[in-house]
Formats: sequence, C-alpha cells, structure tokens
Amino acid sequence: MSAQQPIQAAALQQAPVNTPGSEPATGPLLELRSIRKTFGAQPDWLERLGQRLGWLQPAATVQALDGVSLSIARGEVVGLVGESGCGKSTLGRIAVGLHAPSSGQRLWRGTDLDALPEAERRRVGLGIQMIFQDPYASLNPRLRVRDLLAEAPRVHGLIDRPQQADFVAALLRQVGLDPAVADRFPHQFSGGQRARVGIARALAVKPEFLVCDEAVAALDVSIQAQVLNLFMRLREELGLTYLFISHDLGVVRHLSDRVAIMYLGRIVESAPTAEIFSRPAHPYTQGLLAEAPTLKVEKKRFLAIRGELPSPLAPPRGCHFHPRCPHAFERCREEVPMLGEVAPGHVSACHLHAIGVEASSVSEG
Amino acid sequence: MNAPREPTLVVDRLTTRFASRSGAVTAVDEVSFSVAPGEVLGLVGESGSGKSLTGFSILGLVDPPGEIAAGSIRLKGRELRGLSAREWRALRGDRIAMIFQDPMMTLNPVLRIDTQMIETVRAHRHVGRDAARELARDALARVGIPSPDERLRAYPHQLSGGMRQRVAIAIALLNAPDLIIADEPTTALDVTIQAQILFEMQTLCRESGTALIWITHDLAVVAGLADRVCVMYAGRIVEQGSTAQVLETPAHPYTRGLLDSTPAANAQPDEGGQPQPLRQIPGMAPSLKEIPAGCAFRPRCTHASELCEQVPPAVELAPGHVARCFHPLPATQGVKP
Repeated sequence: MSAQQPIQAAALQQAPVNTPGSEPATGPLLELRSIRKTFGAQPDWLERLGQRLGWLQPAATVQALDGVSLSIARGEVVGLVGESGCGKSTLGRIAVGLHAPSSGQRLWRGTDLDALPEAERRRVGLGIQMIFQDPYASLNPRLRVRDLLAEAPRVHGLIDRPQQADFVAALLRQVGLDPAVADRFPHQFSGGQRARVGIARALAVKPEFLVCDEAVAALDVSIQAQVLNLFMRLREELGLTYLFISHDLGVVRHLSDRVAIMYLGRIVESAPTAEIFSRPAHPYTQGLLAEAPTLKVEKKRFLAIRGELPSPLAPPRGCHFHPRCPHAFERCREEVPMLGEVAPGHVSACHLHAIGVEASSVSEG
Repeated sequence: MNAPREPTLVVDRLTTRFASRSGAVTAVDEVSFSVAPGEVLGLVGESGSGKSLTGFSILGLVDPPGEIAAGSIRLKGRELRGLSAREWRALRGDRIAMIFQDPMMTLNPVLRIDTQMIETVRAHRHVGRDAARELARDALARVGIPSPDERLRAYPHQLSGGMRQRVAIAIALLNAPDLIIADEPTTALDVTIQAQILFEMQTLCRESGTALIWITHDLAVVAGLADRVCVMYAGRIVEQGSTAQVLETPAHPYTRGLLDSTPAANAQPDEGGQPQPLRQIPGMAPSLKEIPAGCAFRPRCTHASELCEQVPPAVELAPGHVARCFHPLPATQGVKP
C-alpha cells in the first residue's frame, strides 16, 4: 500500500517536529477564553426604536455558546462531545476563525488573535485548519485533486508551480492515497478516500492544529477505523494537535487525551479521557456514558436521561441540564453552576459537588 | 422463552437483481432467515451490503430495473412474492409496517399528525373518525410522547427529530402489524434519544408479539437490542446466530473485523499510555458491479486461501449459529482481549 512509502518531498516536513511532551510546555497552544456567541438578526435602527418604545418584541436570538473556556496544549488531542445543538461545532468554527465570537478571546500561543494586524493574523491562522464532516460538500466538485490540494499553499506562497506535482504526490502518499489519483475529481472517490483528500487539503498548509468536526461520522465502521488510524499516525509523524468534535463516545475515547462534554452552550465537564470514562462526575456525563450503545451483549435498561435537549432559543434558567437531571434541586433552577475541580485536572459544573453529594448512583443499574 | 412458535416471517434464498447496461447486478444474493413473533432480528452491514434492499424486497418495494429474481418470502405461511398491487396495498401498513431513517420523508409535511394517523387506521379498518383518533392518541402515548392530544394537532415541522421518529413508530404500530421493518431509524438521532427509542421499541415488540427487523450499520445498537443478528456483506448473509454467538464468538473474519474496527466507549480502561491503533480491515467493500467470484470478502481477508474462490456454503457451527466461510474462526479466538 502506498501508505507505507516514505515521504519524499522535503516540503512536507514540519519545521519543528515535536513529539508530545518532549519540550517543556510553555502555556497552551490555543486558548479560548469565555467565548460567547449569539446568532440572530441584528435589529436595524427602526427595529431598535420599536423595541425601545415597547412596540416590538426583541428579536429571538440563539445563545450558541455561553462563556466557554477551553485551552489545548501542544500535541494534545482534546475530544469535544455533545448532542446536536449543544454548540460544539460553533466552538470548533470559532477556534478556526470561521466565526467571530460575540465576546471572548482567542489566544494562539498566548497572543490575542483578534488584536493582531490582518496580515499577521492570516499568517498565524494557517496554523489552524479544519476538517469537515462531509468531504463531498467541502471539496469543490469542479477541481481536480491536484488543484484542490495545491490551491491554498500556492495562494499563501508556500510552494512554487514547479514544486506542485511533487508536493501533491507527497501529500497524497501521506494520507495513504496513490499519487496517481491527483488527476481525478472528488466524485470519483469513495467516501473513505474523499475523507482522506479532505485531510490532505487541511495538511497542505502545514498546520499545527487541526479542528476535526465529526470527521469520521459519515463513514462505515471499517473505513472509519482506517481513517482514525490515519489521524493517529499523522499526529505522531507531524506532532499535530487536535480538537476532535464528535457525538460518538467510542471514537473520542479511542483518540483523545482529554475530553470536554458540552451541554447547551456550556462545557459541563472536562477531564483526562481515562478519568472521565471511569469516574464521570456530572449527571449528564454519567447519563451519556450509560446510554452509549456498547458491544456488550445485554438487554439494557436505558432510562438515565429523560426528555430532550431544550431549545437554545429559550434555555432553562440556572443549570441548563436541570429539567432532565434526576438529582436536580432548588438551587439548580436558580443558579448557574461554575466549573469546579473534583479531582486533579478534572472539572465539573454541578451544584451536587458543592454540597458534597456523589451523583454516581445514576450510572448504575 | 416458550416452545418454538411458528415464525412470523420466513425468507428463503431471496435474490434481488438490478438490470444495468453492463449486465445484471445481484444486490441481494440467496438471503435466508426467519423471525419469530416478538423477536428482534438485527440486520447489520455497511453501506452497499444489501441490508436495506433486503428490507425493501420483503415489502415488495423494489421497482424496475430491480426485481426479485428468486426465492420466497412467507408471512405467517402466506407467500408474498407475486402479490398484486392491490393485495400489497392491503398488506403494507396493516400486517407489515416500515420505519425509515428520516421521519421527515415518511411524514407528509402539509398534513397534521392526526390526519396522517387517522388515514392509516381507516385505510385498513372500518372504524369511525373518532375511534381512529382514539387509537392514534393511544399509539402516541405508547411511544412516550407527552401530551399526545396536543401533538395530534401539530404539523411534522413543529416536532423535534426524536419526536418525529416517535410519531413514525406510532404510525407503524397503529394497526398492530405482524412485522415491522426498521431501516436505521435511530441513526440520525442523538445518543440519549436513541437510547429512549431503543428501549421503547424493545418493550413494545415484546408485549405485542410483533416481529421486528432492525436494519443498522451499528453493531453496538444491535448488541443491546436484538435477539438474533445477521451480518451482511456484498449482498450475502455471511454470518447469523444469536446476538451472543455473533458478537462474542464471531466465526466469520468479516464480523471479527467489524468488531475490531469499532472503537468502544465502555471498554475496559486500557493500562495507561497511548491508545493502540484499531485493527482495521484493509481495503474497502467491493462495488456491486464487481463482486469477486467465490467469497466476496476474499480480497480483504487474511485467512483467504484457494478454497475461497468457490462460494462458501452456509455451515452450522453451533445450534443456530451459521457462517458462510471455509475458514471459520475458532470460538476461543473470538473473545475480545
């Protein structure tokens, strides 16, 4: 298979390749600080006047992210888990810079990206790339693979035209494709191959940080395993850092060093992977783990979480999870719980921790 | 379990072909299985394996250029192949119901839920509107929809994805069918909603004695739900048996490969350090136009030999556990480390 061939083009070698943990950590690679994001129509002056005078209802806005902070160290793989509508994709898009946050800061190696001059920000931004869920929707169907892969590095002046063929061939080999496919169009590939082309395109500008938004969700199990193994191999070869967004706990557990669980615009729990799967602290995490289908042959009694995700247009007061939580009490309805440390490196946002009650009974049975 | 009952559905050597310019393409190849009343059969396979088409064939939903080329489908002893369009209409929605992946495609967006449900009842039974409405209300309550009276007056777009799928399930249950075929009904739903629906389906089928065929690509869903499992690859059932037999002691190398490829959420925590790469199946599933002769899995299989150039016969390895493989894996090897 072409995957095993050595990478020839020197153009592909990352300048400073770091294996995780080989150099003393100097702060996080990317830090998101209390990010808020609201979606909704901006009222024009007439509407604002109408609202001021009480003639018009204020326009409905969706609070997609409500003060989310996340820092990711160099070489780390952070898994971001949540149900649809919880804001995990929005957070990923803000991390890449596809959305601007309504408020909050985005720091790359300690410098605020939004404070940088435009040219500088664009240069730094190359270090953060995104891999989308549907490679078919994110690859231009009218471009051949060689043009798809070479476009960005040429625009940014990373390669010259004479280098292009070698560069594309090396990229394709790196993601386990035959360089001969460079002349094909996206529709001539299978789903797994298309996912590889999507990965190759993200790698073309030599990023250090990849945001993968449900990058394997659409693939069949056997193909998904191949792509997951590719992600792991690339991480080792190129010293990449990942923010891996997924609803699939199995995938996240397999790949991540640390897992953050989101619920309706807030991170409710974050911990090292082994810790969160063996000792989940937040009732939502416990329910999620209890309900994830497993290969264990047993008739399960799935009843840990009742009801559905509330509408982000009108999130519940206090703890967003309280209407579905089996442990909710008065305080949960009034006060938003803050993330607090329950074990070293393990934070969880639940009032139960404050009063010293273990919520562990949920996950049993 | 009680004494062996007469199976609700017996599918015997069902073969579905599609005519194409480059010759006939066999999408479902000699598929045989049976489902007993109240039993849940998991039909597992990757995309293109023919699992959905097997479901469509049972319902007589294969349109030209496709046709059921051979085999028989018997529902409670009655042969379904060759029924007239009129007989099919009487059967579908009454004795056999289907639940599709996308409830928005099942439900008519311009009709209220009650209109659609009452229509389903009155198409098959001579009951009044009010009685039908009562049945619809009960069906909604049974699938766990809160305040069913209000939901009856809603339009599909006013409901969430999970609620819509519940409505689709309620419609399938309306006429207490003998058989329900569910084609990936929870694939588009969130984990918590999927868990609720799996639980409800399981209970409902047990109680009413409805046979259920659950078509899915997800072995983990089947593990918690099905009584028996059929694994399909390139149009053939390569392995079938009880859920425990297939998942705990898989005999076919493809089943083994699928299990190894699944990253498990609730696996035992590994002892520190880096995660191991998943044991992947090399290559990809063949296109239906170029299925290899003999065992279709041969080019991707590490156990393949010259023998595999013949079509492997179905071999019974244990009571009820059948695999189509010349080199079935020994039972001890199946236990996941």
